[in-house]
Formats: sequence, C-alpha cells, structure tokens
Amino acid sequence: MIQLLNTILIGVTAGGIYSLMAISIVLVWRSTRVINFAQAGMALLSTYFGYTAMMQLNSFWIALLVAMIGGAIFAALVEIILMRLLVKHSSTGPIASVAPIIATLGLLGVIRAVVSMIWGGQNVRITGPLSNDGFSVSGETLVFSPLKLLILVSVIFLMLLLSILFQKTNIGLALRASAYAPEIARLSGVKVDLVRTLGWALAGAAGAVAGIFQTVNGNGTLSPDSIDFSLLLVSGFIAAVIGGLESLVGAVIGGLLLGILISFVLMYISSALFFIAPFVILLTVLFIRPQGIIGTKAGRRA
Amino acid sequence: MSLNVSNLTVHHGAICAINQVSFAVPTGKLAAIIGSNGAGKTTLLRTLSGLNEPTSGTMNWMGESILGGKPEKLVRRGISHVSEGKSVVPELTVRENLELGAIWRRDKNELHESLDQVVSIFPRLGERIQQRSDTLSGGERQMLAIGRAIMAKPKLLLLDEPSLGLAPLVIQQIFQAIRELTTSMQLTVLLVEQNAIGALNIADLGIVLNLGKVVAVDNAQALIDDPAVRAAYLGY
Repeated sequence: MIQLLNTILIGVTAGGIYSLMAISIVLVWRSTRVINFAQAGMALLSTYFGYTAMMQLNSFWIALLVAMIGGAIFAALVEIILMRLLVKHSSTGPIASVAPIIATLGLLGVIRAVVSMIWGGQNVRITGPLSNDGFSVSGETLVFSPLKLLILVSVIFLMLLLSILFQKTNIGLALRASAYAPEIARLSGVKVDLVRTLGWALAGAAGAVAGIFQTVNGNGTLSPDSIDFSLLLVSGFIAAVIGGLESLVGAVIGGLLLGILISFVLMYISSALFFIAPFVILLTVLFIRPQGIIGTKAGRRA
Repeated sequence: MSLNVSNLTVHHGAICAINQVSFAVPTGKLAAIIGSNGAGKTTLLRTLSGLNEPTSGTMNWMGESILGGKPEKLVRRGISHVSEGKSVVPELTVRENLELGAIWRRDKNELHESLDQVVSIFPRLGERIQQRSDTLSGGERQMLAIGRAIMAKPKLLLLDEPSLGLAPLVIQQIFQAIRELTTSMQLTVLLVEQNAIGALNIADLGIVLNLGKVVAVDNAQALIDDPAVRAAYLGY
C-alpha cells in the first residue's frame, strides 16, 4: 500500500515537471510550427540564471523568478532574431519547413557550449526551499517529500494561471486564434508576430520552471551536460506527443501519464528500464493513437 | 467617394492577377463585384485589406492612402474583411469568435452593444453562443464570419463570396442581412460574388471584372438589364 502510494506520488511529481516541459514545446509548436529541440538548452540556461541569482541573493523563490524572466526574455530574443530571420531567408524549397527545426538543434549545442564557457563544466548546486527527505507515515518513510509536495503544488498553480490566461483573457484569445487561424487573427486586428514572440516567451518561462524543479527534485546539482536535462527534453517531447502536440491540456495529461507510467515500470518491473521505458511508451502511443490522446482524427487544420 | 482605387495592379509571382483596375464606391453604398473564376475578385479584396501587396496603383479610403497598410492596422481604420470560405476560427466558440473580432477595441462598454447588435441580426448565433463554431452549419458559420467583422465596428466591409456552398434559402437570408447592415450601419460594402444576380439584386452598383480588368461599372439595375452582362455573367 505504502509502495503503491509512493509510486503514484513520485510519478505525479516527475510527471508535473514533464508537463511543464511539454507545455513549453506545445506553446512553441502552436505559435510558430517549430519543434524546438533547443527547449532543454534554454531550460538549462535559465536554470543557470536561477543559480546565479541564488548565489547572489540566497533565495530559492527569487532564483525561480529570475530563471522564468530570463528564460522568457531569451526565448523571445531567439524568436525575434533567429527564427524570423530564418523564415525570411528560407521561404521556399525543401529546406523551408525544416530549416528552423534544424536551427534549434544547432542552438541546443551552442547554448550548452556557452553555458560551460560562462559557468564552467563542473557541477553546481541549487538547494530547494524545503527538505527532500520523505514524509513519515505510521513509522514508514515515504520517498514523497515536502519538497516534492511543494513542486507538485507549484506546478498545479502555474497550470491554473496558464489556463486562466488562455481561457479568460484577450491575450489568451489572441494566442489561440493566431495558432489556429493566423490570417483570420490578423484580419481581426491581432498583431500575430507579437503574439508568436509571446508564445515563445511563455514557453521559455515554463521551461525555466521545469529546469529548476528538475534540478532540485534530482540531486540538486547542475552541469552543462547534465543527464537530467536530456531526460527532460525527451520526456517533454514524449508527453507533448502523447497529448497530441496541439493541446495544452493534452500536454499536462501526457506529462502526468508518462511520469506515473515510468514510476510504475521502475518500481514494479525493473529500475534498469529507466532509459528505455519512455521510448517504449512513445512508440506504443504512436502505434495505437498517432493523433495523441486528445488530438482529433482529422489532424490539425492549416 | 469614400473608396477610391486607381490603376491598381497586383501580381502573384509572374502572373498579373489585377491589371490597372480603377473604380470608386461612395460612402454607404453596396457594390457587387462580379466576374468568372480567375477574374481577380478575391485578389482585389485581399489587396484592399492588406493581405496582398499591390505592384502599383493607389488605394484611398476616406481620402487617405491605405497603400502598404497591414491587415491588423487597417481593421483599426474601419476596414473589415471576411475572407473566402467561412472565415471563422473553428476551434473557438461562437462567443470567442465574436470577441476576437473586437479584440483591438478599447471601448469595453460599447462591446456589449456590438454583441447585442450581431445577435439581433443573427439570432441563431445567440442561441449557439457557447458552442464551438465547428458545430455550426455552413450558413451559421457565414453569419458568424460576418458577425466577427461587424464586431470591429467597420466602416468598409469586404465580403468574399458569402454565398459559397450554401442552400438557396440561406443565401437569401445572408444577402438580406448584408443589405440591412449596409443601410443600418451606413457601411460601405464590397461584395464579391459568383452568384451575380443575387448580389446585383441587393447592390447599389456593380463592378464587372474579367481577367483582372474592369469591364463595366454601373448601377446594379442597369447591369442586370444589360444584355451583354446578362449573357456573359448572369447566365440568361
């Protein structure tokens, strides 16, 4: 019973972080039709911003805020400087649709290199605001800790904020209209270029939170070639694909599902499956429901 | 004359879609633009709303040039374009589509008036206000597309084939609504139509396009009575 509870709670916490990453991938995809392989690199950079703030001011929450703002600004700059230029210069031919995507792969490499130039290649440490020692329940110690609870609550809070933004505000309406029908959005007076940049900025902020939480939820250390961030990218993608790539709700469901599934596989089958399980889950979903869990059969409209 | 187009030329790559087109529409008048496929009707509307860029010529709206204006800017100057093929966002609800039409407006109090106005013209939209717009029928979607444009409080309304794919009875309803809107809101309207006779019947004047050129401009009734126009475009 305790083990089952443990498995679910660990899965939900990890899944929440995957969801954030998936949200950032979906936001970029919806606003510019680019699969952003640099998302993990951007999350890494943002986490280092947070680390620097933590060194200076010694507050986890300020570090988180700095990472979010830094991540948002960096993502916006990438969209304005790199992506717009690329789209302009490669508007025809077979390269047009893949150039931005390949560029994000290049960007991923550049970010990692620059991060290790600035902060060095060694491990640095970000300490969470609460203990990661498990709760005790009737004499037994859970793996689920105050820190994990805090992460879970924060992730839920952020998702609520995002869903209010998307469903209840004009900015959200502009974001959705621009994603589904950019021409109609423009004819209605939406500055679609600006909205696209905003989509990237939101993605940058969501990725930053995922990066910080992934770090403190692990062993608290951070390095430019951290395996945690590779895993975050892969998991984020898988969660986004499970969710149908178009839908923010799908991204959340995909992330949670992935987190819980991996947690069960590791606990009840073998922890040796750590790196295989996500991919098997991805392939299974692609075979059974290629449109994702809540994608429609008709696929997306142009 | 509130809309003045002169010597307008538009290219799609090497192809000349609009060739030296000139015409004018007075304030508050409904102009039907008719002509066969490929005559350049859609291109003309897209150029007026800023979606396409002209090669040369001038376009003036209320005495000021709209040349080089972007759609998101021109809508703020009173030019609303309902593009071809039921221009609504299917993933959004009816209400959201209408709110989208007014998204740039800051006068939040008047927004309710516009919404009431649209719902009173098209009561069906009121009944389905919370539904996703991809659950609407073709006619309802067209009503929503026009409603979205009305939410922007336009002065110049550009309508691209609102009758496309609709049943005759629905077409009649839509045309009647367009006529009433023109009069009640004192709109200037450009109505592009394949359904030439239906469009001319509600229009004040008609502009006949052929292969990118204006071949006739006259008041609508005169065009209906013109044997050459009847033979070429009205089919009887």
